[in-house]
Amino acid sequence: MDLSPIWLTLKLAGITTLILLFVGLPFAWWLSRGRSLFKIIIEAIITMPLVLPPSVLGFYLLLAFSPRHGLGKWLQEVFDVQFVFSFQGLVLASVIYSVPFMVGPIKSALQQLPSTLAEASYTLGKTEWQTFRYVLLPNIKPSLLTAAVLTFAHTLGEFGVVLMIGGSIPGVTRVASIAVYDAVEQRDYAMANNYSLILFAITFVLVISVFVFNKYQAKSPLV
Amino acid sequence: MINVMIEKKLKAYHGQQVLRVNRQFATGSITKIYGPSGSGKTTFLKALAGLITPEKGIIRVDAVSWFNAGAKINVPAQKRNTGFVFQQYALFPNMTVKQHLEYATTDEAWIKRLLLLGKLDTLQEHKPDYLSGGQQQRLAILRALATKPQILLMDEPFSALDAKMKMELIMELKTVIKELNITTLIVSHNPQELDGWADEEMVFE
Repeated sequence: MDLSPIWLTLKLAGITTLILLFVGLPFAWWLSRGRSLFKIIIEAIITMPLVLPPSVLGFYLLLAFSPRHGLGKWLQEVFDVQFVFSFQGLVLASVIYSVPFMVGPIKSALQQLPSTLAEASYTLGKTEWQTFRYVLLPNIKPSLLTAAVLTFAHTLGEFGVVLMIGGSIPGVTRVASIAVYDAVEQRDYAMANNYSLILFAITFVLVISVFVFNKYQAKSPLV
Repeated sequence: MINVMIEKKLKAYHGQQVLRVNRQFATGSITKIYGPSGSGKTTFLKALAGLITPEKGIIRVDAVSWFNAGAKINVPAQKRNTGFVFQQYALFPNMTVKQHLEYATTDEAWIKRLLLLGKLDTLQEHKPDYLSGGQQQRLAILRALATKPQILLMDEPFSALDAKMKMELIMELKTVIKELNITTLIVSHNPQELDGWADEEMVFE
């Protein structure tokens, strides 16, 4: 059995989760502070991947990053980077597609913390960054874990968006969900079952781990 | 000397109300503040600390302007060196008693003295969840004192303490506040508890 789709999927999910942790944390913090029309619009935009058909998102990404014109052409000419039918394209699509899974839980957790926690820290002379690092962040650990695991698990399950922008190039863009589809197309149900079982097992272990961890934090990951 | 002349709109159930304060506080003085709920006592303390911005007015501390709406001066809370005891304590759930004080100051000797003052020296490694209401309240007071503030703002600081602990703590606080010459403002629903300690009083209508 060719395990490369599984490794590729895990690599994609790991990189996506790491990128979104770095990008999503400050972004969620910014969104959690105050409420302006601009922030509402930005929040609506990053929520779109939740409701938009993945193929639609994939289609627009395909158009945007096509090396034949516009942004894709410019990226290819100036930086020699191609996002269509490449692994970096899958990463970019996954990051965009999973943004709400990382930002949503973190933003809600930050908003639920009493504002006096940050205020107390400010009166001790601490900057906003110090307050975020030493007071706010440690107190949203369960939500942080939930967000990271949801992002990872969601990336494992991506299909439409990665198929549109990455196709099915073995070892490059052929992730497990696409390998399942290809196997079914070729009527190789045993192979499809193998990939499906592995994906099912990994996802189940991930989700159950979050539930167990959050049980000790007295918090459901779905809250 | 603290010179305050501010106006701040208050959100009230029955429409809007305006908090107006025009008052001086002598350096090192202790003022008890009381008045009905919703009259703006907490808002006033927060405005002094820089946690809320008044719409109009000035706040001057000695020769330094902390707030001047006309001149668009608003010194951030981090630079005002005020100690604040929040009504709901606002303790950090992730930090132990000692870590609360270490977060505020690196002065080990001062931390040790504060722990003794608040009778929390045996509970140094406990997190707030494992402290009683009275212990949490004492920790909130110690944390506010940890930075050796110029102004100490306390919002109902003794509400969870029993009478004996309250008297002992007030005695200790008197010494520290006098030693550091801290200007102190205390909001209390029971102003009699501060009789013989507070030099001034301020009533919110």
